[in-house]
Amino acid sequence: MELLRQQFFNIDVMVQAWPLILRGLGMTALLCLAVIPLGLLGGLAVAVASLSRSRLLRWTAKGFIDLFRALPPLVVLILLYSGLPFAGLRLTPFAAVCLAFLLNSSCFYGEIYRAGIESVGRGQWEAARSTGLSAAQTFTSVILPQAVRNVVPDLVSNTVEVVKLTSIASVVSFTEMLYAADMARSVTFNTSPIVLAAAIYLVILWPAVRLMSRFEHRVAA
Amino acid sequence: MQLSVAQGAGAVRVSPILQVRGLTKRFGPLEVLKGIDFAVAPQELVFVIGPSGSGKSTLLRCCNRLEDADSGSILLDGVELMDPKCDLNAMRRRIGMVFQSFNLYPHLTVLGNVTLAMRKVLGKSRREADEIGLAALDRVGLADKAAAYPAALSGGQQQRVAIARALCLNPKVMLFDEPTSALDPELVGSVLAVMRDLREAGMTMVVVSHEMRFAREAADRIVFMEAGCIVEEGPPEQIFSAPANARTRAFVAEIAR
Repeated sequence: MELLRQQFFNIDVMVQAWPLILRGLGMTALLCLAVIPLGLLGGLAVAVASLSRSRLLRWTAKGFIDLFRALPPLVVLILLYSGLPFAGLRLTPFAAVCLAFLLNSSCFYGEIYRAGIESVGRGQWEAARSTGLSAAQTFTSVILPQAVRNVVPDLVSNTVEVVKLTSIASVVSFTEMLYAADMARSVTFNTSPIVLAAAIYLVILWPAVRLMSRFEHRVAA
Repeated sequence: MQLSVAQGAGAVRVSPILQVRGLTKRFGPLEVLKGIDFAVAPQELVFVIGPSGSGKSTLLRCCNRLEDADSGSILLDGVELMDPKCDLNAMRRRIGMVFQSFNLYPHLTVLGNVTLAMRKVLGKSRREADEIGLAALDRVGLADKAAAYPAALSGGQQQRVAIARALCLNPKVMLFDEPTSALDPELVGSVLAVMRDLREAGMTMVVVSHEMRFAREAADRIVFMEAGCIVEEGPPEQIFSAPANARTRAFVAEIAR
């Protein structure tokens, strides 16, 4: 029992690792601040393209969505970071992660937006157009606000997934929280830093997960 | 250009504000409009009646090109709407449309609903738009609901807001697509009252509706459509009391029961 405590819940080791993990947390936050907006904007572009009148645009979007929903994000990240240099393009770890997330989460956010947009009745579109609003004005002022409101729970849920997934940045030596914790683990030969990192993820994401449950119950009710 | 428009009992020479000629429309194999000729004089209230599936709503929706007709001509105040170069957004401002299902924007307040197009399309300031919007809401008796959201209103109130939304743009013609069909019977009256006020104020209106009593008392002219054609048109007394066409007679007898 004591051994277990020493290996996993060693307060001394945690205290030692704290500054490193805190810096890692800062980098994770920075990463989130970059990849969540990228995904939200990229997803919007993907959704608009997949609902476009142009067949070419529609098929391109569908192909893109299928491809990056099927490819594991970790594979995409390693391909970008380790593969692109052979094509003469060397990305920093941060840039590689951002690009991988843009490709991956645009698809998931895009499908959520698309469901939202399709949930807004055709009458809304017709009412707006009949008052002289252009297609773009109708989309931004009438359709999109309602679409987003209809899919907030799904957007939140996907964002939780994105935050969790930022830990894959550790494989390209980006010093986010998991990378920092793992570094501390390898120096101390002790698992406690990883436990601490897990606890921090839990504390940050638990409220969002609770919120999602609330949403789900409200829909069920 | 002076055109002869059948209005009332005799043909009166006035320029029609809306002139539809040879309009055809098919949905796949189904021919919905089979060459419609139809004109509306300024300040006229035209009622379009007919069995469901006769093409009434499609005709109305073609008039502001929510539905694209296959061929024919639609002139609004001398401007050809079927012209590919026509600035549709500019023309649609002059054609108010009221829908069966109201189609208010649920995410905006009542005032937000009526002022959106003024701000986005006409580029009016929020203050100016609010002023005009409140006046329009006052006209339909709902100025006190400006800050409410559509979900908090009754169907009749929502439809009156929809009318105010169209009125704000100062349209030349207003199209009503079954404006009272989705309403509980006790709420119909308030909407018809607003339409009556509009008529008194000289608004040109084309109404697709099953409110035959309203048609009889308020319409200048009734157009009876069946199977994509205009079968008969004339003043209400003629259509309801002495229809010339056998099919009109059958339809009027059917709805009178």
